[in-house]
Amino acid sequence: MSISGDSTSQLLAAMASGELSAVDVASACLDQIAAHDPQVQAFLHVDRDGALQQAALVDEKRRAGKPLGQLAGLPVAVKDVVSTRGLPTTCGSRILQRYVPPYDAEIIRRLRAADAVILGKTNMDEFAMGSSTENSAFQITRNPWDAARTPGGSSGGSAAAVAAGMSSVAIGSDTGGSIRQPAGFCGIVGMKPTYGRVSRYGLLAYASSLDQLGPLATDVAGTATLLEVIAGHDSQDSTSVDRPVPEYGLTLEQPLSGLRIGLAREHFAAGLDAEVAAVTRAAADVYRSLGAKVVDVTLPHSKYAVAAYYLIAPSEAASNLARYDGVHYGHRAEKFDGLIDMYATSRGEGFGAEVKRRIMLGNYALSAGYYDAYYLKALKVRRLIRGDFDRAFESCDVLLSPVAPTPAFKVGELVDDPLAMYLSDIYTLSANLAGLPGISLPGGFSLGGLPIGIQLQGPPFAEETLLRAARMFERETPWHTKRPTLAVRR
Amino acid sequence: MSDTATGYTTVVGLEVHVQLLTRTKLFCGCANRFNPTQPNVQTCPVCLGLPGSLPVMNRQAFELGLKTGLALNCQIPKLTKWDRKQYYYPDLPKGYQISQYDLPFSSEGWLEIATDPPTDPARRIGIIRAHLEEDAGKNLHDESGRGGESLVDLNRAGTPLLEIVTKPDIRSGAEAHAFLDELKLLLTYLEVSDCNMQEGSLRCDANVNLHVDVDGGTIATPIVEVKNLNSFRGVEQAIEYEAKRQFELWKQGGKKLGEISKETRGWDAERGVTIGQRGKEEASDYRYFPDPDLVPVTIEESWRERVRAGLAEFPAAKRKRFQADHHLSHYDASVIVAQGRAFADYFERVTTACGDAKQAANWLTQDVLREMKERQLTIESFPISADVLGTLLQRIVSRKITTNSGRMVFATLLERSTEGKPLGTEAVDAIIADKGLAITSGADELTPIIDAVLSANAKIVADVKGGKQQAIGALIGQVMKQAKGADPQVVREMIQSQIAARPS
Repeated sequence: MSISGDSTSQLLAAMASGELSAVDVASACLDQIAAHDPQVQAFLHVDRDGALQQAALVDEKRRAGKPLGQLAGLPVAVKDVVSTRGLPTTCGSRILQRYVPPYDAEIIRRLRAADAVILGKTNMDEFAMGSSTENSAFQITRNPWDAARTPGGSSGGSAAAVAAGMSSVAIGSDTGGSIRQPAGFCGIVGMKPTYGRVSRYGLLAYASSLDQLGPLATDVAGTATLLEVIAGHDSQDSTSVDRPVPEYGLTLEQPLSGLRIGLAREHFAAGLDAEVAAVTRAAADVYRSLGAKVVDVTLPHSKYAVAAYYLIAPSEAASNLARYDGVHYGHRAEKFDGLIDMYATSRGEGFGAEVKRRIMLGNYALSAGYYDAYYLKALKVRRLIRGDFDRAFESCDVLLSPVAPTPAFKVGELVDDPLAMYLSDIYTLSANLAGLPGISLPGGFSLGGLPIGIQLQGPPFAEETLLRAARMFERETPWHTKRPTLAVRR
Repeated sequence: MSDTATGYTTVVGLEVHVQLLTRTKLFCGCANRFNPTQPNVQTCPVCLGLPGSLPVMNRQAFELGLKTGLALNCQIPKLTKWDRKQYYYPDLPKGYQISQYDLPFSSEGWLEIATDPPTDPARRIGIIRAHLEEDAGKNLHDESGRGGESLVDLNRAGTPLLEIVTKPDIRSGAEAHAFLDELKLLLTYLEVSDCNMQEGSLRCDANVNLHVDVDGGTIATPIVEVKNLNSFRGVEQAIEYEAKRQFELWKQGGKKLGEISKETRGWDAERGVTIGQRGKEEASDYRYFPDPDLVPVTIEESWRERVRAGLAEFPAAKRKRFQADHHLSHYDASVIVAQGRAFADYFERVTTACGDAKQAANWLTQDVLREMKERQLTIESFPISADVLGTLLQRIVSRKITTNSGRMVFATLLERSTEGKPLGTEAVDAIIADKGLAITSGADELTPIIDAVLSANAKIVADVKGGKQQAIGALIGQVMKQAKGADPQVVREMIQSQIAARPS
């Protein structure tokens, strides 16, 4: 398990020097998957043959002295929310159980162009709706640190795969915290880039104006390397921003002088676990010790964020998921009586409870007579929330906060209480509403041995600042080097 | 109360959908082409609505829309956006149509229609709005009655559509027809659409009701939306039928606007009647909201003005110019302009070549149109080029040949060019020489012939001298028989002067 436990930079260096072949690395990951995924259940689909073939191709190219991409031979696990040509893409839903897309998402095209090795597709909450990966139609992913607990969600499969050493890095998607929260629960690094930084072409939409793809890795350097490959303008996505992508790796080791860290009082309110609060405050002390200035800021409208989010996201989701109607692809009911019944039965059988709940919420919010009171109002709140951040970033460079109110909760603990589950994203979803970048990194451990993440958020396109600030903390702390001891689930 | 009705005004508003002549679809790179024989070949992840695919606006389509909006004298806002209109139907793969809801790219315009006789000022039909949207695919149902599976062809899905909604300014079926004629003409002149109703590139629904005259005031009757209109003629007939039907209904029941909900009826062209269609049980709620996958479109003034500057001359302006500059009659100008932009261009080239617009108009509206019709040709495929016809007409105008000879040359040109070789302007003079049609205006040749004819017809000569001017025709005829290609006008003048010179 030594190979798959190495950091991204170590692996890339070892392959570049010839110490390891891409096939060695892919095989180590596939072995790790074979040994532990029956317990962790991070993957929905492992593309063993494809991964080994691609790894062999990279090795061949390297032997022949041909130019190689930035991620040559690096194993990547991809959340099943991304369209992969020829590989099943289910979005964790029964409605897409047998769907195999005929096209690659832009992010996949970029990974392939960088000579990455795609290991397979990871488990997720159905259509990325959830915070525990328990809403998958197929399996429940377990937290590698404690099999009784969830890995968070919705990118729980991706986070668990990286934490368990099954893949060096992973792709996740973050609509309200779905990269950052599972990264925090699993003790790894995860970043949600600025809206428009990474192409959404081929990302199966949950809430189009909030969705953003991003990297997960064991450390900040791996996160930066992967972001550099996947970020950039794409003319196939009208919301993609045409702005040069910095070479994040080049500046990563340069500490930021005069860094101002903002702490928002709203991030330390009731409901926050004491250990999580302590970890966050300790992180502020680390920054202080590095010469950063810690300032108090306020985000007065953040109390409306969850409400606004649960109007905007479901509204867009209800519309985005209308295409799953059993006509052109995906699940179609076997028995139905006429067209309307075909729609109703196919969708009724194909979607899980949480997805249905959000479709209903969304259709209600968009219906005639309610639109102004709900959807339009939520959009106004969204602008106020963005205004809060803009003002906060006048007095600080990055905001330091918890990732989630608690460490990883137990499987089954919140399934029957959707509102409590929604609150798991209380510290992350504002960044989605405001379109801002955020990074979650290991900040410490609970007394019970569970990882606790800390979050840094910044103004639009401040990814470089966030990565450098995260690296400053990471260099001073041992948390990112800790690995779970994987055992057979008791 | 209803029996006090003395008369009524028909009130019509039209909703017209036209497909735009773009190379590609509205939100993807698939070909925009009518192709019913090969279903689902012009498709990609975007227009199939595959999970994860995203739309990207086709700028050419937007510019064609902008052209139309400007040509319809519409207000163009600085900002417009795309909305999702949500409903379920098998030909709609995303479960929503990308359209424009509350911020269309153009609104509040008008179109002048050609009336016969022309009115001053010209009749204007108001335009409420014009917006862009994507077309749906096509459902193909088993029509054998054996209950086979329904199929879906998505070649058409994502085709750019322009929806134009008029104000209820139209007052008769004929006026609706005239509006559609003018709109089609405008859109084809602008090369925005080919407006082919058979291929579905122009579709039209009509909202019809009446303003019934009652006790010195008027009462509006409920609005009926008429669908399934397959031709402009059908639109006209359906409106006339609806007006009569609604008046009868008013006299019987007297239902007013607002008392019952809007009814949808389908036009049955074969039987010439409208038939009630099953109404929706409740008003549909399309749950419109701004499409988060597309960014709002900012229409900079510079862009708008560049499009405006690139607009072709509108048909109405062309009609006016042909009358003012070329001294054509309203009728001739209308006929020429109505044949389309290529025909009007052809007319102008012929006019330039021959220097006589009236002559050109006569030939085009009679000879050329007749031949086009008989041979089922368009002006683009007409075998005689504008330069060749212009040269021919120039020979007539300059009296090198007679009009009758001109017709012979025209026929010969047609014959030869349909044999396959494109003819140049030199062919005109070659044919004239070949057939000896050049006017022999030389007095040397004509004088002995005229002398002989006059001597042989002393009685007629005496009649003419006695003031019976019309008798001269017989003399001209005899001279013309002998002097092929002579200009009858010249012959008449020479006979007149010779008779005058003879002693009585």
